[in-house]
Amino acid sequence: MRRGGADVRIEKDLVAAAAAPLVLGILAEGESYGYAILQRVTELSDGRMTWTDGMLYPLLHRLERLGLVEASWITAPTGRRRKVYAITADGRAELAERRDQWAVVSAALGRVWDVAGGTATPAQGWA
Amino acid sequence: MSRARDETLVPDGTLDEQIDAWRAYARRARAVDAPDVDELEDHLRDQVADLVRSGLSEREAFLVAVGRLGALDDVSREFAREHSERLWKQLVLWDEPGTGPAGESVRRRSLVRALALAGGAALALKLPTLFGISFGGGSDGTVDESDVMFYLINVSALVLPFLGAYLALDRAMPWRRVLGMLVAPAAVLVAAANLYPYEPTGATAILTAIHLPVALWTLVGVAYVGGDWRSASRRMDFVRFTGEWVVYYALVALGGGVLTGVVVAGFTALGVDVTGFVSSWLVPCGAAGAVVVAAWLVEAKQAVVENVAPVLARVFTPLVTAVVLALLVATLVRWDGADVDRGLLILVDVLLALVLGLLLYVVSAREPAARPGAFDRLQLGLVVAALATDVVMLAAMLTRTAEYGLSPNKVAALGLDAVLLGNLVRAAMLQRDFLRGRVRAAALERWQTTYLPVFGAWAAVVVVTFGPAFGFV
Repeated sequence: MRRGGADVRIEKDLVAAAAAPLVLGILAEGESYGYAILQRVTELSDGRMTWTDGMLYPLLHRLERLGLVEASWITAPTGRRRKVYAITADGRAELAERRDQWAVVSAALGRVWDVAGGTATPAQGWA
Repeated sequence: MSRARDETLVPDGTLDEQIDAWRAYARRARAVDAPDVDELEDHLRDQVADLVRSGLSEREAFLVAVGRLGALDDVSREFAREHSERLWKQLVLWDEPGTGPAGESVRRRSLVRALALAGGAALALKLPTLFGISFGGGSDGTVDESDVMFYLINVSALVLPFLGAYLALDRAMPWRRVLGMLVAPAAVLVAAANLYPYEPTGATAILTAIHLPVALWTLVGVAYVGGDWRSASRRMDFVRFTGEWVVYYALVALGGGVLTGVVVAGFTALGVDVTGFVSSWLVPCGAAGAVVVAAWLVEAKQAVVENVAPVLARVFTPLVTAVVLALLVATLVRWDGADVDRGLLILVDVLLALVLGLLLYVVSAREPAARPGAFDRLQLGLVVAALATDVVMLAAMLTRTAEYGLSPNKVAALGLDAVLLGNLVRAAMLQRDFLRGRVRAAALERWQTTYLPVFGAWAAVVVVTFGPAFGFV
């Protein structure tokens, strides 16, 4: 992200790969609900990581089925019913593992790009 | 891309109205259930509130929020991937007529009504036992022939009124129509079947037992179309209903058979003899109740079987063609040796009825605009082969049996043959013209729907006139 200008948008496959750990990470900060999670994603990525809002919910349901998050219905301050998600112990374990994996990937990428740093074309840093 | 889709979601009106319309639309996606829509609505409203706070009008904010949520098709596909089991649940739920609490209560009322009438049909079947008439033998193991005949004749008269009542109530048929179109003709038929002094096991009694259900099923059809029997398209719907009802009934019967086997085996293993209960209560009452339940299933979830019926027809059309051709060859080879009597006549009728059933199944599922293809040629071949077999068999029989004179069975079988033949000859001609591009597929459909009352009329004629005409033997 060092070169990340305001116009850098993250490719779809990369967003998909990052979505689950990102959501787990956000829920590790405290329980939350769909709209707030999306806002937090925008905030954390400076608006550069976006996905179709509707797609978050099937993802949350999958995490719920896998037992990584727990869902419950509460009454929101607005008076509406709201489904809130909280991370489980399994979810934290999964998050730790994903974090290690991403660290390895990130370190490897960082090293190869630093080695090639002198010759790589900065405009298309990654393809 | 999602914009064109979403246009339908944005009627003029308040945000609440817009959201209601959106909910109704979203609920149509089968993999998205009501709590999911609640969750998405919460999201939508948060988003709209934020956008309004940043200066958009509610209408603009709603449009933007729906757009960001993504095309519902895509989202629901994603839901479907996560919740594939929900697509199967659709087998017992129905998504028409629409959504919301109103649709919910209509659905529940229909289910309660179907269950009540199914229970009524089951009890009605056992009603005659109060008057000492029992089927399958009494407790002492003896079987009374006239009791058996009573049930053979009346089983449809005891059960089908409940199916008719379910459909008539569902269609909200006016009372005058119910009385004039359903109750009066049914009463005449049932009265004729029961008041005529038939010989208990005579041919005319058995013919009545065979034809009364057909005549009463025609009245079920009148109830199905809500009395609007002149409408060709409604008649076609009833053909579809009948085909689907058969499939559902067979499925329910399969499940019931397995369950019955488990009950018998389980209690026998425990040393309790339940065969009496099973044979005189469980099986007959279950079979009677399933008549209404199968109809409810067809009404509740039409789309599932609509896909099955044409597939069945397509699988069996080549097979039946092969069988018909084999029979034709066999009849020609054994021209003099064939045991040509009632049995053969009945076989011919069964064959023609089968061919006609396949034809109706295919016609009922045809795309009106579809162009003729290889399957239509095969179907023409089937009809022609069936007609040829019919003619050859009839010729073989007539040359042999001229001396025996007419029995009620022969007249009934010949009459049915004429009725089926009349239909198939014209159907074959239309099919040929259709293949040549002279008529449209709709003409085939119109012919079949036009002909439908003939079957019911013939059955009614047999029930009402054959007894007196042949002296009730």
